[in-house]
Amino acid sequence: MKLNRRTLLASGASAATLATLGLPVRAQTEPLKVGFIYVGPIGDGGWTFQHDLGRLAVEEHFGDAVETIYQESVPEGADAERAITQMVLAGADLIFTTSFGFMDATANVAAQFPDVKFEHATGYKTADNLAVYDARFYEGRAVIGHIAGKMTKTNKIGYIGSFPIPEVIQGINSSFIHARKANPDVEMVVIWAYTWFDPAKEADAAQAMIEQGVDVILQHTDSTAPQAAAQAAGNVFTFGQASDMEAFKPVPRISSIIDNWAPYYIGRVQAAIDGTWATHSFWGGIADGEVLIGEITEAVPAEVKAEAEALRDQIAAGTYHPFTGPLNKQDGTPWLAEGQTATDEELRGLNFYVEGIAGEIPA
Amino acid sequence: MIVLEKRPNPSRAWAFATPVLAVIATMIAGGLLFAALGKDPVLAIRTIFWDPLFGDFASYTRPQLLIKAGPLILIAVGLSFGFRAGIWNIGAEGQYILGALTGAAVGLAFYPTESRLVFPLMVAAGALGGIAWALIPALLKIRFGTNEILVSLMLVYVATNLLAYAALGPLQNPEGMGFPGSRNLSQWLAAANLELFPGTGIHWGVIAAGLAVIVAHVLLARHVFGFAVRLAGQSPRAAAFAGVSPSRLVLACMAMSGGLAGAAGLFEVTGPAGQISIDFNVGYGFTAIIVAFLGRLHPVGILLAGLLMALTYIGGEMAQLQLSLPAAAIQLFQGMLLFFLLAMDVLTQFRLRWKGAPVVPAPAAAAAPQEAS
Amino acid sequence: MDLGGISPILLLASLMVASTPILLAALGELVVERAGVLNLGVEGMMITGAITGFATAVATGSPALGFLGAAAGGAALSVIFAVLVLWLKSNQVATGLALTLFGLGLASLIGQGYQGIRAPSTARLDIPLLSDIPALGPILFRHDWVVYLGLALVAGTWWFLSRTRAGLTLRAVGENHDAAHALGYHVLRLRFLAILFGGACAGLGGAYLSLVRVPQWTEGVTAGAGWIALAIVVFASWRPLRLLLGAWLFGGISVLQLNLQAANVPVPVEVLSMAPYLVTILVLVLISSGRGRARLAAPGSLGQPFHASR
Repeated sequence: MKLNRRTLLASGASAATLATLGLPVRAQTEPLKVGFIYVGPIGDGGWTFQHDLGRLAVEEHFGDAVETIYQESVPEGADAERAITQMVLAGADLIFTTSFGFMDATANVAAQFPDVKFEHATGYKTADNLAVYDARFYEGRAVIGHIAGKMTKTNKIGYIGSFPIPEVIQGINSSFIHARKANPDVEMVVIWAYTWFDPAKEADAAQAMIEQGVDVILQHTDSTAPQAAAQAAGNVFTFGQASDMEAFKPVPRISSIIDNWAPYYIGRVQAAIDGTWATHSFWGGIADGEVLIGEITEAVPAEVKAEAEALRDQIAAGTYHPFTGPLNKQDGTPWLAEGQTATDEELRGLNFYVEGIAGEIPA
Repeated sequence: MIVLEKRPNPSRAWAFATPVLAVIATMIAGGLLFAALGKDPVLAIRTIFWDPLFGDFASYTRPQLLIKAGPLILIAVGLSFGFRAGIWNIGAEGQYILGALTGAAVGLAFYPTESRLVFPLMVAAGALGGIAWALIPALLKIRFGTNEILVSLMLVYVATNLLAYAALGPLQNPEGMGFPGSRNLSQWLAAANLELFPGTGIHWGVIAAGLAVIVAHVLLARHVFGFAVRLAGQSPRAAAFAGVSPSRLVLACMAMSGGLAGAAGLFEVTGPAGQISIDFNVGYGFTAIIVAFLGRLHPVGILLAGLLMALTYIGGEMAQLQLSLPAAAIQLFQGMLLFFLLAMDVLTQFRLRWKGAPVVPAPAAAAAPQEAS
Repeated sequence: MDLGGISPILLLASLMVASTPILLAALGELVVERAGVLNLGVEGMMITGAITGFATAVATGSPALGFLGAAAGGAALSVIFAVLVLWLKSNQVATGLALTLFGLGLASLIGQGYQGIRAPSTARLDIPLLSDIPALGPILFRHDWVVYLGLALVAGTWWFLSRTRAGLTLRAVGENHDAAHALGYHVLRLRFLAILFGGACAGLGGAYLSLVRVPQWTEGVTAGAGWIALAIVVFASWRPLRLLLGAWLFGGISVLQLNLQAANVPVPVEVLSMAPYLVTILVLVLISSGRGRARLAAPGSLGQPFHASR
């Protein structure tokens, strides 16, 4: 199969002609080639690192039946489309593009190569050969929000936000709702760092919160700097983000919310091998093993730990939805009635705080 | 002991030989690096330098080389005039951002009009945005004597903050689910920087880069402006005597580099990048400075240097994919290439002599102490 | 003015910590530029120092040795720059930019295998008695020793540049290298030493991030701090004491806007973030135009290659 593709290209056929001809079907004996496009370096210890753990899990699970390739630090923008195309030309049969900013580039390349399968993380554009997938991080945030509400002594918890996008707003609302349920006096301080990764700035943000009396910090940015700031301050608790951040156990890191892409990647690669792969829009959560709650350390009282684990299990079992009414919007107007749960569509476009959170979402 | 002796004129022979020597030296040093990382050095070097040009997928990668090199060449050609005249605009990155911003803003003001006039208007706005941003250090230099290196560099930081503000605020896509970034301009026909030859991806920016090389060559070789630039670089006093106004030269050189950088930004944002986003700028403005020097500030040299840089980018990506080389190794490799190219230039400008050999006597130097070289 | 309960004392204390990496890197660059050399590779040297320092600290278990390793790493990288621009006469701007590229690649290559490990912690110095002074105590006297090292280096650099013969020579070389050469000074040797010092300081600044602030190795840990350091040197108009002010201003703007957010005061983040750079340009205009021109402007030979045409 590879030979065919080579001769085609060597004879001067352009990518567009190739697309109309369609790529030949792969021979059964060859391993499935799975490609990953990463936005950061695999050593970022956060977002990309976790996706790469997923890739390694695929290699481990399938052994010789699968070959993986990846490209790291691909900028979102002019270079993305070329990087994805080159991956197709390198023989990839299934390609995961792992950042929102790759959406349009992935859609363009997918349109040119109908016989290659594409999966784009956190986006919303689909096609016959382009699926999207995401994780319900807000489910995990509900659990750590509960712990935060129980653990705070000053009744002030902090949330370091990255960018005001729906995913982060879901996380803020979800953790606040459950912190309030655990502790009606709790207040939340939100700082927008406008970065996914900038250790110095994240440390400054954590420091600023601590000085305002915050004693439990949740972060939606990827570096361990807030953990270090909390440790230096003493008596401040934090949660690992993206990765477990186990180096900061047992305090300040008392639990964590982990991105775990391995089950999804293994399942989709299996589907591609079996020939059952089809496009979809998948949003997995705790039940799917995509969002994990890291070890709750001994700094957390046993009953709080038990409550948190019960909450986690209820969410996993589908008997509880973190966004269940009655819930009002920040301005007091009703959002969800008693017992009503938020739809996925509402959550995907979430752009307001729930009642009780002070401050404004920057426009 | 070897001493350097300044050549009266740069050596033409060495000017051609040094880039080749530098590439060979990089291949050797890079090969050692790749071998140390446990990869086949010959295969790695072949993948980087040969495959994008003549490999299995060359029909795809060859035009991609032009697309990647386009903005670098466009910006570097603009910068080279100022650099020749001793006017140091190192803020092309900021002018590139401003070009993209103003161009996109003007275009989006007409959204969703389908008119053929939108794209040309955006190109003009982009170039003007770049010019305006470059004229700030120029005017401050003329009026107050401020150092244009520092002002233009500071304005890069201001521009990146403006970019973030625009991507999160006024230019944000109202249908973008709250994600930072503008509408996709390449998917709006009136504003799109379209593919000119089907299947290649070649867009107007590549054509503009080619034109810039030709025009710059003619200007430099045949036009009085090129003469003024060269004279000012060699001897500012002689230039003043010849009637070249230093202020006008500063304005012209800065405007030229700013305009081309702004246009490059606009071509990228309407084409390959597609939208204004927080990290829209990927350092082309800074890389272009290196490209300008690698090309010895000559338009044809810049064309070749830009293509060489593009080759290491695209070949480097292929090496990552096919040999699982880490991206960091490619970055290191590019750094080596630049060091060798910059270092070897010494042979073009200077002659190596053994100390003690007869040196052309210079009157003032008789009493000067020996410099440890 | 009510800033929503922001304590100025705590603000100043965190500012001293936040500004330390950029202060250290800027101080090195200041000496380099005073010697007439513009090294734009600060970011590359910082991140190289961040990883060599981290690796040394992990290997030896000693943060102090780690900082030594960081200084050595930054200085080693600066040797490449020095050889190229001083002896091979390459362009300083282009070489500095290439150095950043090279340094970023080198650092992440060395750093493979150091992810997720924690550095040994750097001790905090609670200076006895002084740290108990109300108000001033917590601001000034309860930091780790690197903060004080940074301040000491500022004072030392000020003293060296303005009070010693060697410092005078260094400034002379930066102002007019041809004249300095004619007077018998070793232009290249002095510049080489200045560049080494610049590399070592940048390395220390990077290590402050990887050993104290984060304290872990992650790629891109410096996140552009080296570029800010370049701006601070200009803001300070090449004066060590003003450099301290500049580092506090640049570090302070970021700390202040985060504090205002934490206190629920809405702030236009981007406008605030670009303010220090605009102020720097204003400072440049003032020092280039006013009466203090001769005293304050950039070193005369900044960025120009030197070749002794005997």
